[in-house]
Amino acid sequence: MAVFADLGPHAGFIVAAYGAAIVLVGGLSAWIIADYRRQLRQLAELEARGVKRRSSR
Amino acid sequence: MQRFANPTRFMQISDAVMPWLVGLTLLLFAVGLYLAWFVAPPDYQQGETVRIMFIHVPAAWLAMAVYTLIAAASIGSLIWRHPLADVAAKVAAPIGACFTLLALITGMLWGKPMWGAYWVWDARLTSVLILFFLYLGLIAIWQAIDDYSRAGRTAAILAIVGFVNVPIIKFSVDWWNTLHQPASIVRIDGPSIHLSILVPLLVMAIAFTCLFVVLQLLAMKAEILRRRVATLQAGRVASAIQAQAAS
Repeated sequence: MAVFADLGPHAGFIVAAYGAAIVLVGGLSAWIIADYRRQLRQLAELEARGVKRRSSR
Repeated sequence: MQRFANPTRFMQISDAVMPWLVGLTLLLFAVGLYLAWFVAPPDYQQGETVRIMFIHVPAAWLAMAVYTLIAAASIGSLIWRHPLADVAAKVAAPIGACFTLLALITGMLWGKPMWGAYWVWDARLTSVLILFFLYLGLIAIWQAIDDYSRAGRTAAILAIVGFVNVPIIKFSVDWWNTLHQPASIVRIDGPSIHLSILVPLLVMAIAFTCLFVVLQLLAMKAEILRRRVATLQAGRVASAIQAQAAS
């Protein structure tokens, strides 16, 4: 907390900027990871039902 | 090169490098944030708000770099019809939009205490806002057109035409009188920033670039899988229709 106390009169702007970075980059990363997992799951479900790519038959 | 640009080979290579890339990204962010918060001194003019620059500048660089990548991939997609170029261009758009939005937000949060205003219609700020709208346009095209190949061609044309905005962003501070400061790192006579601030800035820039590579590779893998799923589902529907017609 000592770091935040030393940020001077513009501490709110600095913390808000880092907060925006965490929200935006964190949200984007979570969205991409969730999408990748969803696609993996859908492909696995199709393959479990016997639907396979020609190259893997 | 063509051999490595095969989607299956791409999946294998990205699987192998991903853990190393994630580790490197986390390490660079840890070092970069430590330098940015505990080592870099307050700037003699900006004071503590210089710490916003450690995320604003990398995000702004990536905003332009990602668009350049999309334009290059779009040329590859239009001329050589390469499926990976198409995939790369598509998935880079939301990532680029996110970095552009971050550059705009952090710029506004820096501008208010330093300039006295969150926003001014200055050439640099306005051209970056246009870049954000271009990203939104690319995302909208991909969302609106179901056919991958038609969506890819349409988005590629917009990406290539919109690339004219990238040099405008870069040179806006030289061509017009802007409130935004001129280039202070990439200059003919060398950076005008003291090493105590330049080093953390460069470490953060490399960390953000590594993060972009990680997200881009993962998003490309997801897109390749999405197209495989769509192809398998279409094949399944076609087989069902054929079976129904035969009976």
